[in-house]
Amino acid sequence: MSRTGLINLALFAMLPLTAGAALMLDEPFIITLATKVAILALAGVGLNIALGLGGLVSLGHAAFFGIGGYAMGILASHAQSFVPLMETPFLIEGTRSMPVIWLVAVIAGALAALAIGALSLRTTGVYFIMITLAFGQMLYYFAISWPAYGGEDGLSIYVRNGFPGLNTLDPIQFFGIAFVILALALWGAGRLAASPFGLALSAARQNEARVETVGLSPYRLRLLAFVISGAVTALAGALFADLNRFVSPTMLSWQMSGEIMIFIILGGVGRLYGPVAGAALFILLEHVLGGLSDFWHVYLGLLLLLVVLFARGGIIGALAGREVAHD
Amino acid sequence: MSTILLIEQVLNGLQSGVMLFLMAAGLTLIFGVMGLINLAHGSLYMVGAFAAAAVAGATGSFVLALIASLVAAAAAGAVVELTVIRRLYDRDHLDQVLATFALILIFSEGTRWIFGSFPLFLDIPDALAGPVMLPGGIQYPLYRLVIIGVGLVVAIGLFQLIARTRIGIRIRAGESDREMIAALGVDISKLYTIVFALGAALAGLAGALVGAIQSVQVGMGEPVLILAFVVIVIGGIGSIKGALVGALLVGLTDTLGGVLLPGFFATFMEPSAATAVGSSLASMSIYILMAGVLLFRPTGLYGGR
Repeated sequence: MSRTGLINLALFAMLPLTAGAALMLDEPFIITLATKVAILALAGVGLNIALGLGGLVSLGHAAFFGIGGYAMGILASHAQSFVPLMETPFLIEGTRSMPVIWLVAVIAGALAALAIGALSLRTTGVYFIMITLAFGQMLYYFAISWPAYGGEDGLSIYVRNGFPGLNTLDPIQFFGIAFVILALALWGAGRLAASPFGLALSAARQNEARVETVGLSPYRLRLLAFVISGAVTALAGALFADLNRFVSPTMLSWQMSGEIMIFIILGGVGRLYGPVAGAALFILLEHVLGGLSDFWHVYLGLLLLLVVLFARGGIIGALAGREVAHD
Repeated sequence: MSTILLIEQVLNGLQSGVMLFLMAAGLTLIFGVMGLINLAHGSLYMVGAFAAAAVAGATGSFVLALIASLVAAAAAGAVVELTVIRRLYDRDHLDQVLATFALILIFSEGTRWIFGSFPLFLDIPDALAGPVMLPGGIQYPLYRLVIIGVGLVVAIGLFQLIARTRIGIRIRAGESDREMIAALGVDISKLYTIVFALGAALAGLAGALVGAIQSVQVGMGEPVLILAFVVIVIGGIGSIKGALVGALLVGLTDTLGGVLLPGFFATFMEPSAATAVGSSLASMSIYILMAGVLLFRPTGLYGGR
């Protein structure tokens, strides 16, 4: 097994080991932190499909994260108040079932990514960055000014939604759900990168003209990648909202987009397990530095600057040395 | 909707458009000349506002405050360019986004550290306070009119600077072929520092001028930054003319949308629903405008590339 492979295995095992140790020591807060890492890493895995594989620097992925969050918030709040979402032409009721919420979040995220991607992908480079950012802000301001679902205050859910056969209020069981989804997403993203589609997408990033010459449409490849990416990020959003039992426009803010991107960079761009390492380091820093100083973002900013300027492979790159994963 | 109110709102739209232009001009210059996407431009706006508020608090002079905002923002811009930005010109956009995002974190939290979380207030000078009577019996705050004037003067000055002066010629030459002007003996890294400091000074000035109307607080720069992005996407990246047209379009759409749309929906919907739909649509209106422009001109109104 290569060095990168070993590091990936260690990263992957780190989460359940931490959660297991916390369970033995009876530290539910640590389990919740591990759950948060798993969910944020899932958002990073989603963005990484567009960013690492497709080379699409989207600064608007908080839009999909937030859409997932609101899918959960809206469905659960209707179930909580026993008011159906819609009565005509047919009845749609709210739900407390996680699988249904996930399905809705994934579909909503994919549709939003389809609309935003179809427009944004007409442009490239710096235009693409600014336009995805602007679309993200558009949804953010919409969520703030639309009063039906809490507006600026957000939506609170009293009880965490249910999963058949599990008690989701037990931290370790909810961690299990998040971790299994993360594992599936990592497996799926790995398969995707090795599939004909993934290879074509990677090729379109490296040399667009050549891909076009062999008869593939870069636009379509990128749009599909953007849609898959948005759907995975929306799923992470639904889980994140369930973790906090709260959703607010903050989930849609562009700082959130920046943070999801930070997970990828800290971990290492184009690495499958990069977001896991990045999210873990981010949460660790938040708690270590956050305990030392209220202004820990200054240190985070300095660290990020150093990584971008001097350690371009991120954590995995630094640990694995020069050996490049896939690029 | 009375005509007087409408004219007032048009003036408000012009005022926010002109201030947006000051932000967008710097951004678009920096992108056009150096090919750099600078998310930290909003932080320079904030630096200008804080410098103005601090100096006005200490000396009581608004003119000194404005000078302080220019100097502080230009100095911050030059330092940032020399230490960080300089290393990013040859990097891809992803690295630029992240490094400048890191700068935002450092600037915002650093400012909070120094000045605290409470907003500062910058008072409008007495000479410019109070309303002025416009032809047609419209009362309008003098200070806002002055802001429009200052913005337009700066815009004209900037156009002259780019079109007529030696430094302007170099900036334009740098935009079209940086290797060539370096070969001709122009110190390209000095030129880059100057352009970055110039853009920063414009942002700082905008921050100080707007800071006197709103409050001066951490995070004030980012909403403006995103609006400025929308402006230069609409106008075309690298084009100062595009930045001016885009800024006025965005300023007017944003202001008038917020006033007119709820009224428009109230003509055929019940009032509460009309307010909800109208205000949500108004908050999205500039992004819809941007999407519309992009459908027809993917490189913006004046973007050549």
